[in-house]
Amino acid sequence: MNIKIANGRVIDPANELDQVQDLYVAGGKIAALGAAPQGFSAERVIDAQGLVVCPGLIDVAARLREPGFEYRATLESEMDAAMAGGVTSLAIPPDTDPPLDEPGLVEMLCHRAKKLNRAHVYPVGALTLGLKGERLSEMAELVDSGCVAFSQANVPIVDNAVLMRAMQYAATFGFRVWLQPLAPFLSRGGFAHDGEVATRLGLPGIPTAAETVALYTYLQLAKVTGARLHITRLSSAEGLGLIEQARAEGMDVTCDVSINHLHLSDMDIGYFDSNCHLVPPLRSQRDREALRAGLRDGRIDALCSDHTPVDDDGKQTPFSESEPGATGLELLLPLTLKWADEVRIPLVRALAKVTSDAARLVGITKAGHLAPGARADLCLFDPEATIQVSRRGLRSQGKNTPFLGLELPGRVRYTLVEGQVMFGDEAA
Amino acid sequence: MHNPQLNKHGELQHLLTLDGLPREILNAILDTAAPFTEVAEREVKKVPLLRGKSIFNLFFENSTRTRTTFEIAAKRLSADVVNLNISTSSAAKGESLLDTVDNLCAMQADMFVVRHAASGAPFLIARHLQEQDRDDIHVINAGDGRHAHPTQGLLDMYTIRHFKGDFTGLTVAIVGDVLHSRVARSQISALTTLGVPEVRVIGPKTLLPTDVERMGVRVFHDMREGLRDVDVVMMLRLQNERMSGALLPSPQEFYKVWGLTADKLALARPDAIVMHPGPMNRGVEIDSAVADGAQAVILPQVTFGIAVRMAVMSMLAS
Repeated sequence: MNIKIANGRVIDPANELDQVQDLYVAGGKIAALGAAPQGFSAERVIDAQGLVVCPGLIDVAARLREPGFEYRATLESEMDAAMAGGVTSLAIPPDTDPPLDEPGLVEMLCHRAKKLNRAHVYPVGALTLGLKGERLSEMAELVDSGCVAFSQANVPIVDNAVLMRAMQYAATFGFRVWLQPLAPFLSRGGFAHDGEVATRLGLPGIPTAAETVALYTYLQLAKVTGARLHITRLSSAEGLGLIEQARAEGMDVTCDVSINHLHLSDMDIGYFDSNCHLVPPLRSQRDREALRAGLRDGRIDALCSDHTPVDDDGKQTPFSESEPGATGLELLLPLTLKWADEVRIPLVRALAKVTSDAARLVGITKAGHLAPGARADLCLFDPEATIQVSRRGLRSQGKNTPFLGLELPGRVRYTLVEGQVMFGDEAA
Repeated sequence: MHNPQLNKHGELQHLLTLDGLPREILNAILDTAAPFTEVAEREVKKVPLLRGKSIFNLFFENSTRTRTTFEIAAKRLSADVVNLNISTSSAAKGESLLDTVDNLCAMQADMFVVRHAASGAPFLIARHLQEQDRDDIHVINAGDGRHAHPTQGLLDMYTIRHFKGDFTGLTVAIVGDVLHSRVARSQISALTTLGVPEVRVIGPKTLLPTDVERMGVRVFHDMREGLRDVDVVMMLRLQNERMSGALLPSPQEFYKVWGLTADKLALARPDAIVMHPGPMNRGVEIDSAVADGAQAVILPQVTFGIAVRMAVMSMLAS
């Protein structure tokens, strides 16, 4: 279908573009910006007056819970959430049940996702079989099946010899290795940042050293193996400092942060709010400020939702017995906007963190930007409108988020995937 | 942030922690407890304040001593008491904490006394009751994980006030495993709220929680230095599973360095009192000569504990 998106404020971070103009979609691709291509006749015109038109968001970490945890969420429910959130591409961590360690499983997931015809799915394969940290997964086969990188999700490898071999093997092919900096023994048995709040609440703590010790190890092993290392969900100022140091020494390492860690600290646990039980733990306000600054000046490459739907049974328990994680797909855009407003950076730079910069990490070239010929994955949102975060309003099956009850900026009006309108909030 | 243990009039709805509780409420509980100490000396040790009320002792973690003192307190107030050892019943069958609570609410419970191994469990129950608009049901925290043991903290304050009269000139030392101790956290909250100018914690770095000084205490690792000129020594129980491994090399070494002996106690003020929440490990954290000595007030603590628990129950129910 040929679509004309008229009078929108077109923001394309990849091309540093922020200008009110028309955008033309044809054959599922971006046809032109500004003037209509020759012979273009629109079958549909979307009036985007007052709306921002930007690339569909790319979320570098969203758990859809399939296979294995369908009682918490299904591809259908979470794809709905993605569309409502303007998210058109998702990288999926491998901690499903069974984990994404088998080419057949990955193919099936991709097939299921494709049939739903909504967000594009980019599986991150398990670095080791069953995420057990013992035997390597069939990485080459997994890439053929659609995996874009390899990770251990939140299950650290205990045996550093295995980790080194896994990184070496991945480096053989130039595959990306995404690692969560969480030292296994230092994080074991802890539930909150080891600091004043955990001390007061009597919650067993996870020290910052759990992050830094793991980072030292990962950075050293990346150096000797030549693996392409990406650090997921940074949580501490010290951790960011180590990445900076490594870069100063010439290492090519990237990192991301979640919306939760960008906006919250351990203080938000309040009186044991299990919605704030997250991996990694929410750390101090000082850490949060460092992460916000790091994302602002580009030391942190991307912002992600770390979407992890948990059912109510998993959250309505004492803090330490609750399932970690929070829902986030529908909050990625609003929390990006909130951060941009608070740290006063232009929208075009803020949106880069969830579009072009995220695309680079996942290795997506056909989307994440608005150059003619790019996939017409688009998000049209009203920057002046707000959303009220409520259990009823969330489309995700996971209703658990520390942001419940808040009013956040930015309301998605349309989401297009390959030139098709997959979400339209026209009534609003 | 709304303090979930106070109702909208600022009155005590639940007793979950002493942290953040106003000084007036702490004093009111101690004042209310005073006359209850006399009930125990009567021939009929009962008052009819809670007649017809049902109190459920919900113990998800084993405890004979605390449960018994709550039971005695409730019975002296003429309440009906039901003891539930959940570790051996529903939870073992997979029932969730809140399902258990809902079932007991359906049995017309008026008060829950909750002990749970997870920090914050009584808050979960209190929040659940609030969501159901059950402000007629009250929760008393009888110890949650490492977090709080407010009635123990209160009975300790009662004991200190009984023997020392006033809080505002005291130096108090808390000795031992602060890291795992809900008792220590409640003591620190109460002492700092009641105006004790110097609260000290003494122990090895492995048994003191991170940033504990932010709770308003001075940290000492040297026992002799920490005990110098204190008015009150509050010993903590060292649990068996902490005595060896990565936290401490051995109970013998702990005793040698941090065990309370007569010669170490001699550094405190001559009229200093020695407290312990029980049960004691003689020869680990405290020497028998001290535990049974003239300065120990460990048995009065137990007696006052019943009066303090009666005070809390009667205040919540009224």
